[in-house]
Amino acid sequence: MSDIRADLRYAPSHEWARLEMDGSVTVGISDHAQEALGDVVYVELPEIGQQLAGGQAAGVVESVKAASDIYAPVSGEVIAVNAALTDTPEDINKHPYEAWFFKLMPSDENELDALLDSDGYAASLGKDA
Amino acid sequence: MGQRTPLYDQHLALGAKMVDFGGWDMPLHYGSQVEEHHQVRQDCGAFDVSHMAVIDLSGEQAQAYLRRLLANDVARLTSPGKALYSAMLNRDGGVIDDLIVYLAEWGYRLVVNAATRDKDLAWMRQQAVGFSVELRERTDLAMLAIQGPKARARIAELVDQAGAELIQALRPFQGLPHGDWFIARTGYTGEDGLEIMLPASQAPGFFSELVGVGIPPIGLGARDTLRLEAGLNLYGQDMTEQVSPLAANMGWTVAWEPAERNFIGRDALERLRDDPSQPRLVGLVMEERGVLRAHQVVRVGGLGEGEITSGSFSPTLGKSIALARVPAATGERAEVEIRGRWYPVRVVQPSFVRHGKPLI
Repeated sequence: MSDIRADLRYAPSHEWARLEMDGSVTVGISDHAQEALGDVVYVELPEIGQQLAGGQAAGVVESVKAASDIYAPVSGEVIAVNAALTDTPEDINKHPYEAWFFKLMPSDENELDALLDSDGYAASLGKDA
Repeated sequence: MGQRTPLYDQHLALGAKMVDFGGWDMPLHYGSQVEEHHQVRQDCGAFDVSHMAVIDLSGEQAQAYLRRLLANDVARLTSPGKALYSAMLNRDGGVIDDLIVYLAEWGYRLVVNAATRDKDLAWMRQQAVGFSVELRERTDLAMLAIQGPKARARIAELVDQAGAELIQALRPFQGLPHGDWFIARTGYTGEDGLEIMLPASQAPGFFSELVGVGIPPIGLGARDTLRLEAGLNLYGQDMTEQVSPLAANMGWTVAWEPAERNFIGRDALERLRDDPSQPRLVGLVMEERGVLRAHQVVRVGGLGEGEITSGSFSPTLGKSIALARVPAATGERAEVEIRGRWYPVRVVQPSFVRHGKPLI
């Protein structure tokens, strides 16, 4: 059973999003996503300063098995990327909720409300299963 | 629901992530594909390969039949226990399947791929017309591969005295019966190891015993990265019915002599042998971060394009490697397109790791 954190919001494409005190949004991939991917060996991160629309491809995560796009869960500007992941991509498998990919400064904070809460995300996984 | 091997319930109990492979429900991994890969390179692990098809051939014309059917020549098998690797070709010289054939006291044993089982059997039966030969599919057998530098020593401890002696005496690419088992020193990983065919009813007990003594189960995911590092082709990817063995790094398996042996596909291959437009299968190594994948386009300066047939991350080398079919004159450098960008790659002999050691 995959780990779903109650303090996070989720995109249907399996990214998690956390609203920080400074108004930024930290983005990673869910435990379910890392488990489905298998051993992650490579990540491609967005550029700092890049403007992303909600749902736009923001990077790539490659496991031994396959490559998957990561999408921006909300619109905004990329203000930080977790460059350490390029050296230790396996952290995504070990600690999916600590191994963040990038931080966005959202252009519209209301977009966060459109994401799934933990119950909604759990329900969406249930339907997949 | 796919077909199941006799070990299906055990795979589930061991926490396997199951996938469809050629119509079979098989374990992809039991937690971490990369850890399973290292386990086989450094120690040993056990694979369920019961989905592969075992076909026994007997009859007075079994040898004549196989000398017609296969591109390699079973006349080279001079004593029981010896084996060879061969392509089975269609009349156009395309690869219907690749297989291992063992010479036994009573005839020949062939091991063919799971996904091609029905097609192979239909072709083999069709070609058997006019030969005094009997084909028998051994669905009563299961097959386990125990691979890794410690595999033979570990298995020798688990079997009876005669079995242990047989395992010690086996030479590479040799397989011999042991009671109702058949033990072969073959595999698909680039490591030493065994493939054991045994009655399906005994397989769950033996597999439990292996896991119980600490020989962990290994999934198809690691099987794929191990064979790719070893430069071993996967049927359906690196070779197909549309590809000749000459364009699949299998030229060494074609027995041209004696010239009068008229194996199926020979005429087509002889024409292709002198055709400079025939591509070849090479290895690619990417020094930059990223992962090479099947079907990515390879660009070779001044010569045209090719295609990756198998690509992945190599856990042993810590970088991405691939097999690719490229123009014959390709030199040491090429480029691969990944998500719209071109990345430089080195072109190498298609063999990356053997016996735990990097070759590139």
